[in-house]
Amino acid sequence: MAYSKKVLDHYNEPRNVGSLDKASPDVGTGIVGAPECGDVMKLQIQVEGDRIVDAKFKTFGCGSAIASSSLATEWIKGKTLDEAIAISNTQIVEELSLPPVKIHCSVLAEDAIKSAVNDFKSKQGKGS
Amino acid sequence: MKLPIYMDYQATTPCDPRVFEAMRPYFTETFGNAASRNHRFGWEAEEAVEKARGQIAKLIGASPKEIVFTSGSTESINLAIKGVAEMYSKKGKHIITSEAEHKAVLDTCKHLEKLGWDVTYLVPDHGARISVEQIAGALRDDTVLVALMWANNEVGTLNPIREIGALCHERGVLFFTDATQAVGKIPVDVGADNVDLLCLSGHKIYGPKGIGILYVRRRNPRVRVVAQIDGGGHERGMRSGTLNVPLIVGLGAACEIAGTDMAKDAKHTSELRDHLERRITEELDFVHLNGDREHRLPNNLNLSFSYVEGESLLMGISDIAVSSGSACTSASLEPSHVLRAMRVGDELAHSSIRFGLGRFTTKEEVDYAADQVIHAVKRLRELSPLYEMAKEGIDLSTVNWQGGH
Repeated sequence: MAYSKKVLDHYNEPRNVGSLDKASPDVGTGIVGAPECGDVMKLQIQVEGDRIVDAKFKTFGCGSAIASSSLATEWIKGKTLDEAIAISNTQIVEELSLPPVKIHCSVLAEDAIKSAVNDFKSKQGKGS
Repeated sequence: MKLPIYMDYQATTPCDPRVFEAMRPYFTETFGNAASRNHRFGWEAEEAVEKARGQIAKLIGASPKEIVFTSGSTESINLAIKGVAEMYSKKGKHIITSEAEHKAVLDTCKHLEKLGWDVTYLVPDHGARISVEQIAGALRDDTVLVALMWANNEVGTLNPIREIGALCHERGVLFFTDATQAVGKIPVDVGADNVDLLCLSGHKIYGPKGIGILYVRRRNPRVRVVAQIDGGGHERGMRSGTLNVPLIVGLGAACEIAGTDMAKDAKHTSELRDHLERRITEELDFVHLNGDREHRLPNNLNLSFSYVEGESLLMGISDIAVSSGSACTSASLEPSHVLRAMRVGDELAHSSIRFGLGRFTTKEEVDYAADQVIHAVKRLRELSPLYEMAKEGIDLSTVNWQGGH
């Protein structure tokens, strides 16, 4: 299978790899996928007010899954929570030129963003 | 050293230059039809075919008359299983095989199931091996055929062919073995090993693609198969079609070389394989060998690198041509059916890489491959949330995973 230049770029130099303190109240963590499916994404956001000031990821998965999550962290940094959850998988598919068999990778990245935002919101709900 | 490095010898092999030279005149100068009985062109072609038949028969301990030329193992498998099924359906309609077989066997069996046959798919052990006891337990009065591979194409595991063959003969059941991966790498003797039908393919043993044979036993018992391709009655009526003389000559030469070089090739590849495994396991933790450590081919190394997905690893070692049991390398999204049959767990199946070494692999190439693999696995584990969790002491099997496909 041939990979697009953008997938290769994110695979070779993934952006925002790492972890944030998941216990911190201003950090939201999303973990989606399952090892037996061959894809697990962990995406974390650090939020100030309603704006994402930092994002980190770690991904177990194919090159397209790594690229999708790397791209997702790049896109959501600086966005508000509402803007972040408005990102759809089709935008990721377009940006990375993913073939049909890799669309699930982009879906997972979208889910990871939503899951991280939900985690942050539920923490805020408990805190207040 | 030339890049990329080929380490996929279970998929196919390059033609040995000695084989290519033997074939060369049969494309242009000696081009006759081996079935032409009336002139020198035909006689020369026939002579070349019969020489090759003898070379092939010698390698597997058969008589030349027991060799039927086909286009390769897939066709031979179809002919063996469907041909036996059609010929012996009055005796019964039951076949025994294993979940770890090649798709050519599994899909042929599925085809027969649609026609009313009953097929038992035995589950191999964690090393992909089927035992004699399993066969004994599955045999029935209406069993016609046992179809079991000699060596597994993904993990290299060897089945106890001689013992299973003896059991089949004792019970009057025909025994077919797909020896595509075994021939040329380990000694094969259809007599001593009690095999009734056996297939092999040219391109797995440094011969050309598009040529193979089916061995069909003529004595004790005399085995008959119904032809699946009808026509001029070539190959004693079992497989019609003009013989492909240059490829047959190439297969013959490949078999002769395989016979003389077998011990040398096996020593060469097993030493390199062990070196590769040692280099990798010295540097990396959480590496699992897939297959049976004791009963395996000399040139196959199938490893799972926990917490790293196979396709992403292949991307990281793009200078090395290997294959992965990961779903993402195929269109199906299902991980390798062989690793699934072995019940190694889908997570490890997604993390597997098959290294296939061969006659032309060098130590320099193996060292280069080891360096690349070690580097890529370390890098990808830095990226892996699973590795992070494992290092934190979280048992991944207890995690309630959300979503995924």
